[in-house]
Amino acid sequence: MSALLRLEGVSRRFGGLAALDSVSLELGRGEILGLIGPNGAGKTTLVNVVTGVHTATSGRVTFEGQDITRLPPHRVARLGLARTWQIVQPFPRMTVAENVAAGALFAGGAADVASALAAARESLGFVNLADLADAPAATLTLARRKRLELARALAMKPRLIMLDEVNAGLNTAEIDEALALIRRIAAEGITIVIIEHLMKVVLGVSTRIAVLHHGRLIADGAPQEVVRDKEVVAAYLGRRYAERGAA
Amino acid sequence: MSGLRDWALLVLGVAVLAALPMVADNYTLRLGTVFCMYAALALSWNVIGGFAGYPSFATAAFFGLGAYTCAILQSAGWPMLPALAAGGALAGLFAAAVGGAILHLRGHYFAIASLALAEVLRELATKLEWLTGGGMGLNLPVPAMELHAQAAFFLHLMLGVAALAGAATLLLRGSRLGFALRCIQQNEDAAGMLGVDTRRAKTLAFAISAIFPGLAGGAYASWTHYIEPPDVFDVLLSVKPLVMVLLGGLGTVFGPVVGAGLLLLFEEAVWRSFLTLHAAVLGVIIVVLVLFLPNGLMDATRRLLGRRGRGAA
Ligand SMILES: Nc1ncnc2c1ncn2[C@@H]1O[C@H](COP(=O)(O)OP(=O)(O)OP(=O)(O)O)[C@@H](O)[C@H]1O
Ligand SMILES: [Mg+2]
Repeated sequence: MSALLRLEGVSRRFGGLAALDSVSLELGRGEILGLIGPNGAGKTTLVNVVTGVHTATSGRVTFEGQDITRLPPHRVARLGLARTWQIVQPFPRMTVAENVAAGALFAGGAADVASALAAARESLGFVNLADLADAPAATLTLARRKRLELARALAMKPRLIMLDEVNAGLNTAEIDEALALIRRIAAEGITIVIIEHLMKVVLGVSTRIAVLHHGRLIADGAPQEVVRDKEVVAAYLGRRYAERGAA
Repeated sequence: MSGLRDWALLVLGVAVLAALPMVADNYTLRLGTVFCMYAALALSWNVIGGFAGYPSFATAAFFGLGAYTCAILQSAGWPMLPALAAGGALAGLFAAAVGGAILHLRGHYFAIASLALAEVLRELATKLEWLTGGGMGLNLPVPAMELHAQAAFFLHLMLGVAALAGAATLLLRGSRLGFALRCIQQNEDAAGMLGVDTRRAKTLAFAISAIFPGLAGGAYASWTHYIEPPDVFDVLLSVKPLVMVLLGGLGTVFGPVVGAGLLLLFEEAVWRSFLTLHAAVLGVIIVVLVLFLPNGLMDATRRLLGRRGRGAA
């Protein structure tokens, strides 16, 4: 009952492919869960199943004790579960502020469009995009679009936020900035699932790490234990990482 | 504020058209009535096609449904205005009902499914002879008015429908639903994830886009005193709104009205001399619009003027 999010034996098939294979996972309030695994492991599918984009073929997903397995995305969103997209999905012909206002209006409890726009400015300030509030979203650089995704998710006033590779394609300086931002989000009391290929980032912020491989959860535990796990090293991190870690 | 300016424009336009019978002959009043009808159809299409981005070809279905409902009820003794309102309401309900079934389709698939609606209704209207008179059509009571008064009355009636469609557009633009539709138009998956109930928003938009064509169909039936299936379920009624909105500018507030005027001008200037080329000319206009002026003639003009303005400065 104390778990914020719980997956019980969740599977998702696409034709013959088990993108998620009987995954059971629990997430407590205030955790920052790093979700890692090779390309095609099922990480994005897990986010899609939790958020209602895809429905689980079998198994059960509960959020704050409520069964959300078959809820459509907008219902899940309104319960306080936000996500960012691995491939950014802005509304290109809206301004940055309007993009964020949508989150505030439809899931964040803003009473009308005007108060949603006001709330949007706040979220934009939080991710340091306030000065671009009136720019069309299509004109932003990739790094800024990623932050726009974050601001949009934050405007929904979520209790859980799932970040699908928000740092991919960023340079070193931008990554440090993004890391600081993720910590600030956590400090707001928001629980975080972060999907990430850069181990530096995962280890830098996660309180716990879960590893997916071929749709199966092969490890779940404290970061330092998980990165030494033989199966994880073999499946994902590779010998090179293990050697470097040992050195 | 642009909201206030647009309301003022709407009121001004309605006032000018309403005063037309004081100065114009019956032929001009007829043109004014067709203009109002076109404007109502284009404004309505803009709600689903422009705001929500769903290319609907269902206008003829709503128009014909409104026309037949209004005609049948008047034959049964209803007064004109309640019969007209019933036609608009039924068109809206019909759209809400079928919307649930076809609005999950996207792009071409939705367009084709929406196109089929008018065909099905036309078939029904032809088959249900006991109700609709079938292929023989339906006669409506002719109001006991002299010709000029009649022309003025139907201009005002159609103007009322267009004004309602214009007011609905203005209300929609600043509303939560309007915002939801813009989100859907730009990225439906992202919209859902941000809490937009996409299904509900699309269904509402489709219903709104049906009410005014339903009313216009009823007004048209009352105006012409006679309807038959190929007339009120004419596929051109589904194509023209799209052409008008593309002419005037997709998703803008008054673009559809400008487009309605432009299409009427085309029809009066060109088509009367090439009556048999109706559909072909319309096709050519569509191709030119889609290929060369995707944002409408208004936008193209504005850009051209803007460029010239900057060049001069
Ligand atoms: N909508 C879909 N239809 C069919 N197959 C899909 C679909 N979505 C994902 N898959 C497949 O499911 C598997 C898991 O994909 P998923 O996107 O979840 O991986 P991932 O762990 O996010 O990978 P990456 O690190 O590359 O983002 C892949 O084999 C993918 O091709
Ligand atoms: Mg992925």
